[in-house]
Amino acid sequence: MTAALMDEQMTVANIEVTETPLVLYTLRRADDALILGHRLSEWCGHAPMLEEDMALANMGLDLLGQARELYSCAAKVEGKDNDEDKLAYLRDVRQYRNLLLVEHPNGDFAQTMVRQFLYAAFADLYWRAMMKSTDSTLAAIAAKSEKESAYHLRHSSEWIIRLGDGTEESHARAQSAIDHLWSYTGEMFEADDGERGLIEAGIAIDAAALRPQWLKMVTGIVSEATLVLPTSDWMQQGGRGGRHSEHLGHLLSELQSMQRTFPGAAW
Amino acid sequence: MATPNVPLWEVFIRSRNGLAHKHVGSLHAADSTLALQAARDIYTRRGEGLSIWVVPSSAIIASDPSEKGMMFEPAESKIYRHPTFYEVPDEVGHM
Repeated sequence: MTAALMDEQMTVANIEVTETPLVLYTLRRADDALILGHRLSEWCGHAPMLEEDMALANMGLDLLGQARELYSCAAKVEGKDNDEDKLAYLRDVRQYRNLLLVEHPNGDFAQTMVRQFLYAAFADLYWRAMMKSTDSTLAAIAAKSEKESAYHLRHSSEWIIRLGDGTEESHARAQSAIDHLWSYTGEMFEADDGERGLIEAGIAIDAAALRPQWLKMVTGIVSEATLVLPTSDWMQQGGRGGRHSEHLGHLLSELQSMQRTFPGAAW
Repeated sequence: MATPNVPLWEVFIRSRNGLAHKHVGSLHAADSTLALQAARDIYTRRGEGLSIWVVPSSAIIASDPSEKGMMFEPAESKIYRHPTFYEVPDEVGHM
């Protein structure tokens, strides 16, 4: 295939999304779920033990299910020609709006679990609050997702406690993962002007208001694990605006390779 | 995927319409909490259960296969213990 033909295909393949505040809001949450779910799926066949292999894949599938519902919801709200598949497979890296935290590579098992824990502790509170959304579709997605997130939080918390309070090696790995990922947690509590409008309308919830509760929960588990939270308040930003780390492009090239190579392929 | 020094657990699931927990298999886990979670993740993925028991495999006292003659053969010749010599009236229905 010539480079020109390849360029043409890629140009044709990227979709346009009309990012009204609600479309963008829903897409951001869908992207979080898809990207974190994909990361967990990368463990399939590689986890430290068979039991955990299944647990990670289960959590990945929960997140994939959430992503599908959120993408379908976003496509419906947008009311154009897009659908869940197009939104997942035919946007490039700058159109993705997920948290930087979830695109972070798996690293070792401790890093995967710390990433899961920091996100699930937020997601559990977030979905519980979103069950009161005035948007009935989002409220229904929240009711289903909350039960899944609650289990993800339980599972990752138990591992954080055991890794932190385990051997010298597991403690060091868990602490290093927390130190490494901490500055990526601030994004979860951000809201831009568009989102603030949705919060006022009761469609979205104010994530910033969840932070004290999140911090209390995270601090509790982390200290039970004999680990410590970094004291720095400096936080990374960019994911919500489409500015990503170098990792997301590589992830998408794998996730989207089939649809990019054979556009419209179905089976 | 070696699981060195991780204890073995037996898993029992009570299904939606079952009254008793039934043995469904085993798994490796470091402690009882993780064993319960692993049981949930491995054995209830298709909605099989409403309740889970996990028991350390080491807590199960098993009969010795080499003693099965003494243990079980004496019962085989006592067919009168099976309730097949009674006539069940039709009104009783399915038993």
